[in-house]
Amino acid sequence: MSGTTELSFIRRYVFSTDHKVIGRQFLFTALAFFTLGGTLAMLMRTQLAWPWQEIPVIGKLLYGNSGNILAPEAYPALVTMHGTIMIFFFIIPILSGALGNFLIPLMIGARDMAFPRLNLLSYWLMVPAFLVMLSSFFVATGTAAAGWTSYVPLSALRDMIPGSEAGQTLWVISLMLVGTSSLMGAINYITTIVMLRAPGMDMFRLPMTIWALFVTAILVTFATPVLTAALILLLLDRSIGTLFFTVGAGGQAILWQHLFWFYSHPAVYIMILPAMGIASDVISTFSRKPLFGYKPMVYAIMAIAGLGFIVWGHHMFISGMNPLLGMTFMTSTMMIALPSAIKTFNWLGTLWRGDLHLTAPMLNALAFVSTFVIGGLSGVYTAATPVDIFLHDTYWIVGHIHYVLFGGSVFGVFAAVQYWFPKMFGRLMNDSWGKIHFVLTFVSFNLVFIPMFILGAYGMPRRIADPYQYEMFASLQGLNQFMTFSLYVLALTQVFFFVNVFYSLVRGKAASSNPWQANTLEWTVSSPPPHENFHKVPTVYRGPYEYSSPLVAEDWLPQDRFVDGARPPSVPERPYPAASPASD
Amino acid sequence: MSRRETGLLVVLGVALALAGCGGGPEPPAPSEGDQEAPQTGTTGSGTISGVINFSGTAAENEPILMDAEPICAEQYPDGAVQETVVANSNATLQNVFVYVKGGLPDREWPVSSEGVLLDQSGCRYHPHVLGIQAGQTLIIRNSDGILHNIHPMPVNNRPFNLGQPVEMDSEKSFTTPEVMIPVECDVHDWMLGYIGVLSHPFFAVSGSDGSFSISGLPAGDYVVEAWHELYGTQTLSVSVAEGGTEQIEFSYAGS
Amino acid sequence: MGGLVPGISTFAAPIDRLFMAVLIVTGVAFVLVEGILITFLVRYRHRKDRRATFIHGNRTVEATWTIVPGLMLFGLAIFQYGTWRQAKIAFPDDSGAQLVGVSANQFEWNATYPGADGRLGTADDLAAPINILHFPVGVPVIIELQSTDVIHSFFIPVLRVKQDAVPGRPVRLWFEATQSGQHELACAELCGLGHYRMRGQVTLEDPASFEAWLAELAERQAGG
Repeated sequence: MSGTTELSFIRRYVFSTDHKVIGRQFLFTALAFFTLGGTLAMLMRTQLAWPWQEIPVIGKLLYGNSGNILAPEAYPALVTMHGTIMIFFFIIPILSGALGNFLIPLMIGARDMAFPRLNLLSYWLMVPAFLVMLSSFFVATGTAAAGWTSYVPLSALRDMIPGSEAGQTLWVISLMLVGTSSLMGAINYITTIVMLRAPGMDMFRLPMTIWALFVTAILVTFATPVLTAALILLLLDRSIGTLFFTVGAGGQAILWQHLFWFYSHPAVYIMILPAMGIASDVISTFSRKPLFGYKPMVYAIMAIAGLGFIVWGHHMFISGMNPLLGMTFMTSTMMIALPSAIKTFNWLGTLWRGDLHLTAPMLNALAFVSTFVIGGLSGVYTAATPVDIFLHDTYWIVGHIHYVLFGGSVFGVFAAVQYWFPKMFGRLMNDSWGKIHFVLTFVSFNLVFIPMFILGAYGMPRRIADPYQYEMFASLQGLNQFMTFSLYVLALTQVFFFVNVFYSLVRGKAASSNPWQANTLEWTVSSPPPHENFHKVPTVYRGPYEYSSPLVAEDWLPQDRFVDGARPPSVPERPYPAASPASD
Repeated sequence: MSRRETGLLVVLGVALALAGCGGGPEPPAPSEGDQEAPQTGTTGSGTISGVINFSGTAAENEPILMDAEPICAEQYPDGAVQETVVANSNATLQNVFVYVKGGLPDREWPVSSEGVLLDQSGCRYHPHVLGIQAGQTLIIRNSDGILHNIHPMPVNNRPFNLGQPVEMDSEKSFTTPEVMIPVECDVHDWMLGYIGVLSHPFFAVSGSDGSFSISGLPAGDYVVEAWHELYGTQTLSVSVAEGGTEQIEFSYAGS
Repeated sequence: MGGLVPGISTFAAPIDRLFMAVLIVTGVAFVLVEGILITFLVRYRHRKDRRATFIHGNRTVEATWTIVPGLMLFGLAIFQYGTWRQAKIAFPDDSGAQLVGVSANQFEWNATYPGADGRLGTADDLAAPINILHFPVGVPVIIELQSTDVIHSFFIPVLRVKQDAVPGRPVRLWFEATQSGQHELACAELCGLGHYRMRGQVTLEDPASFEAWLAELAERQAGG
């Protein structure tokens, strides 16, 4: 690594190879897409509350061509883009791209990623992906409209829905770029974590955030190419007349589903595992207590990932797939609830007899646990194949996915951003505003999404622009209106978060290197860290969760602090080459 | 640039921006009633008129079972049938699209600012066959208040697929001449209509008395084609003098 | 869901029972976990005189909460094989059942009934009007389901049946209704702009009325 030569503004802040800059770039772009995806959700829910009514102000702006109302071909397009943007341009980039990038070298004691230029590429490949996806909003026939799941033949045959014209092609191309970017990042993360850990940082001394990001990267590496392959096949079918998915010519519609879900099921674990890791770190820090069951927690993450590859068929119980496969996939799906349950119990174990500081990051991490539990439990119903006959493709699923994705991943994101903001930007976010944001978000979130289980139990299908066309769902409009109002509140509440972020960026209280008195290595350097992270490569003596250790008077004990006398018995002596104790 | 010029530019820019917003220009008034091309702005004064004769037995029109759509079904107390062959009581044929196929001078024909109305009413297209100029506005109306989608299947033109969930009007236009474009509704499989798109305004559709009239033609020798969805096409040659009226007849026969 | 949507097929009881079983298991888990969470939040809130307990885990506790839920989940899995078999694998004999062909396409359900020869796909088949379906009660009904364009999904909530209609891949589903009534058939797989209105009107009626309706169909078709 060269010394601190003066780089131009472009090289320092735009085309940077510094993982911290790249992490911040991912962070802001992901947050921007969060607002876009949320806006699309508000439009959808407005339609569900008052179908085919003129939308004030926005109606004329966006839907002037269809009488200021949402057209029937526009609703599936909204649904599709909401899902696509939230998954591929918000959650995955913010967890893997932003937090993964920023935290991995810092938490393992490295100066940067193993491949800094690959890292730069992985962010900048997202830019054409964004542009292509955003451009689909401006084509005459509109964005892709076959669902984020893009089932064929609806997505393969151009005249089945307007969105399946140019918009669908742009969607495919954009996701191929996203996949490539993800893969680059994953290779970088795996290599970095395996090869660049500081002396003493054994694998079983890594913080859970790193374990989670590591296993997530492995998932990305093995699953993403399958999606990319499926996308290529779809693109070829749509453009040069191949027949992979073309029925009647030997192609199979269900083939798409297998390929898609083979990626997209591990994808949901790509979206939740980092949040689980973050929750473990945040909960441990603010309980001033070691993580309960560190090794079982690590094995649980591995089990989730491993099992995650053999459950994809549970999205296809009703698809026409051989029902015998329904039984095998159902069994593996039931079992995948187990490692998540184990993790939940261990988080409770961490809280037990802890010394709980209910800061904003902690509250959000606790919200993660409580809502993730609901999400996970609601999945047990749909794992039960006979019950899934009723619940498949209904709002039960929509409730389930939002409890694990918003309740899980997004609360995890809120916790992570508020926890590591001081490290990223050298300033503290306002904790009171964080708490207000937490309370309002938690309440309104539950008010929007709990009723979805009721709707699902009524059998109300998803992706239906006007459910009240059915007599059997006509009575559900009131509940839907309530949910829509709750969503408006939820959306407005995010203003607290965004104002907090942007205000704190410029006027937040200056942060010390370790405002939380946490143990992991990123807190041993200044906030923000210097360009090379560590002036002197640290030596690690213990695991990341030695809070309230009897070895010291404080209730925290950093990983790199040398303490005379007894080591915790579970950590064997390690001879290190003449490295002096890394004290600063 | 002077201050004045800058100011004007700003005003112009704002005006353009505002014009771009919102619902766009006022929709042109639809031309109601049976299909006669407006034929305004043409320099000629010749007319081709005539009648579509029909002899023999008309093919039987398939019944339409509208049971699942009571709003439409109740408009046909005697049951609804397709409009494939509509033979008039005076031995003539309705819904024949008659147009000038050849012989016109090579020039741009002004497009009428009036729109042409296609109304979905009683789960049927009214009119069943219509003609429109390329670039002219097609006003698609949903008078039923239930979901219809208007899904033309053109070959030369860009296809579109518009959903109309409630009573509303939408506007579209075609860029390229094409005879004929079938129009379908995916929600009501039985709905079928035809649109003929021409670069000129010299077309008509035979009405309930089997007659048609195309006026405003410059003097010349023309080829006129009649098109029927089941009985096919026929052509005739006609010479038209300035200010003159030529009578022609097409004859179709049933089985 | 039994409380919200009464089930009127022979599947309804086992499916609703299974739902109940899962509701009880997950309900207990939910109350336990959230209850403990809230209790801990209150009980272990920061107090100046307290230090957290320095403990890294407990093998026994870990083993217990691995094995017990594991067995419960596995048990739940095995418990329901039978119901799944019944619904999707073990079809009743064709001979004792009413065969119905259902062809889905944007945006309609087309039901076809065997004519006098009792077989589907022959010249004497009876075609019901678009989106109109009748089924007899108390008799197994086997539906040969297919799609002519995109994937649709045949979903009648009260009968607890759902099956994707996949183009190029005819698939069978069956049910036996236990009560007469007027119900609705919904499309449960996004299929285009009219997906929200792909609504079939389902009449469940006693076999005699059903036969009478078939006779009406035959008459209409013969050109009456």
